Amino acid sequence: MTPFQSALDPGARQAASIAWLWWGFLALLATIFVVVIATALWTLTRRHRGINQEPLERVHSPSTATEASLTRWVGGATIVTVVLIFGLIVSSVLTGKAISKPVSKQPALTIELVGNQWWWYVRYLDRDPTQVVVTANEIHIPVGRPVLIRGTSHDVIHSFWVPNLNGKRDLIPSRVGEEWIEAEKPGRYRGQCAEFCGLQHAHMALWVIAEPNADFEKWKQAQLQPAPEPTDPHLARGQQVFLSNGCVMCHSIQGTPAFGQVAPDLTHFGSRMTIAAGTLPNSRGNLGGWISDPQSIKPGNHMATIALPAEDLQPLIDYLESLK
Amino acid sequence: MQRRIAAAAVCLAALTACQRETRDLRPSPTRTVIYGDAARESEIQPGGAHTQPIVGGPHEGNAYEISEGGRLYGWYNCAGCHFHGGGGIGPPLMKKENEWVYGAQPANIFDTIIKGRPNGMPAWGGKIPEYQVWQIVAYVRSLSGLEPQNATPRREDSMEAKK
Repeated sequence: MTPFQSALDPGARQAASIAWLWWGFLALLATIFVVVIATALWTLTRRHRGINQEPLERVHSPSTATEASLTRWVGGATIVTVVLIFGLIVSSVLTGKAISKPVSKQPALTIELVGNQWWWYVRYLDRDPTQVVVTANEIHIPVGRPVLIRGTSHDVIHSFWVPNLNGKRDLIPSRVGEEWIEAEKPGRYRGQCAEFCGLQHAHMALWVIAEPNADFEKWKQAQLQPAPEPTDPHLARGQQVFLSNGCVMCHSIQGTPAFGQVAPDLTHFGSRMTIAAGTLPNSRGNLGGWISDPQSIKPGNHMATIALPAEDLQPLIDYLESLK
Repeated sequence: MQRRIAAAAVCLAALTACQRETRDLRPSPTRTVIYGDAARESEIQPGGAHTQPIVGGPHEGNAYEISEGGRLYGWYNCAGCHFHGGGGIGPPLMKKENEWVYGAQPANIFDTIIKGRPNGMPAWGGKIPEYQVWQIVAYVRSLSGLEPQNATPRREDSMEAKK
């Protein structure tokens, strides 16, 4: 389990190349820093071997031998600098090429990812329409299998970045950018939007959950089911509250007449780890706060503030949490 | 010099009076207007005649609210019938002030959205929170140039990429 995102704790081959590059840069540049600072300190503190300080106004003309020696030193340092910078550029470009290469001809899964202000629309593409899964803010993938993310945006430019798995991929309106991810070990990897996209950019996170293939298939089959019809009257009341208020204008729940397309699909809301795009853990209390006053939790987000009396709010929360 | 200071002071004072950019990010969800009172349909009132109260749009002249109204106009699929103001299945929304069948005042348009109208306009009351209805009202009025010009054209706060 990796509770925090870190580019230095790679869970995939691509992230490992990036981490190597980062450590390489750090080691080389730290060495150069130490050498430069040490040289400067040595120059400042070394003894001036018995020579009287020359007045500054006089034209300074060192001997030919000193001049030649200085030229050699400065010239040598310049050549070393150019070679090192060139080396860094080459290694950076090679790493960039390596991580953007398709992992395989045939992805095990193709996922459409659409950035929205400020949440992620996720759709598992399939030739068979009955196998298409729509969810939000949480991507499940099987471990050790190449997954192709096809990303775009519905409004402004966003950027998909799960540091433990791969580099960034900008999501640009009306263009499709591709990124391969292939987790080598099971775990929960946090990602976030890496391109400033407005007021709630900082609260636009998502989770990638890598699990063994069997668990993934189980999850997928569960996601393909429509929301269960509520059996007990309390939950049925919750469903009625959902359908007869503003919720239904934006959200969809498969198996009900809720077909809103502009906000996260809530068919299996109860199975997700977080609410409000990774802003808060998915708990009963957080959900209640989010529904009652979303603008205090994420000021400026597009969730409408709807006044619900407590006797409507409680069944609604329970109904949503029951959508496993 | 004194004239410059005075000019600067006048400019600063003018800024405080500018409501165009005010952003009310946390609108009150409580009901501010009773639907039936928004636009009265009878002149006769109990307890003696009163002049008809004019319920103005709360977002008049505010660029952000008009922009939000534009976003919601798309989200709630107003464009499905009214298209982008030119009309299609539903009547056009770009028209002269005297061409509005049910009135062009903010309160009239509010009522039209909340209550619906015969021959196809659905009643959106209860499904769209009131503060958002007022935002849509401001946007719809801006289509016909009924909103103060200094608040329009709106800036696109959320540029919806057309698929």
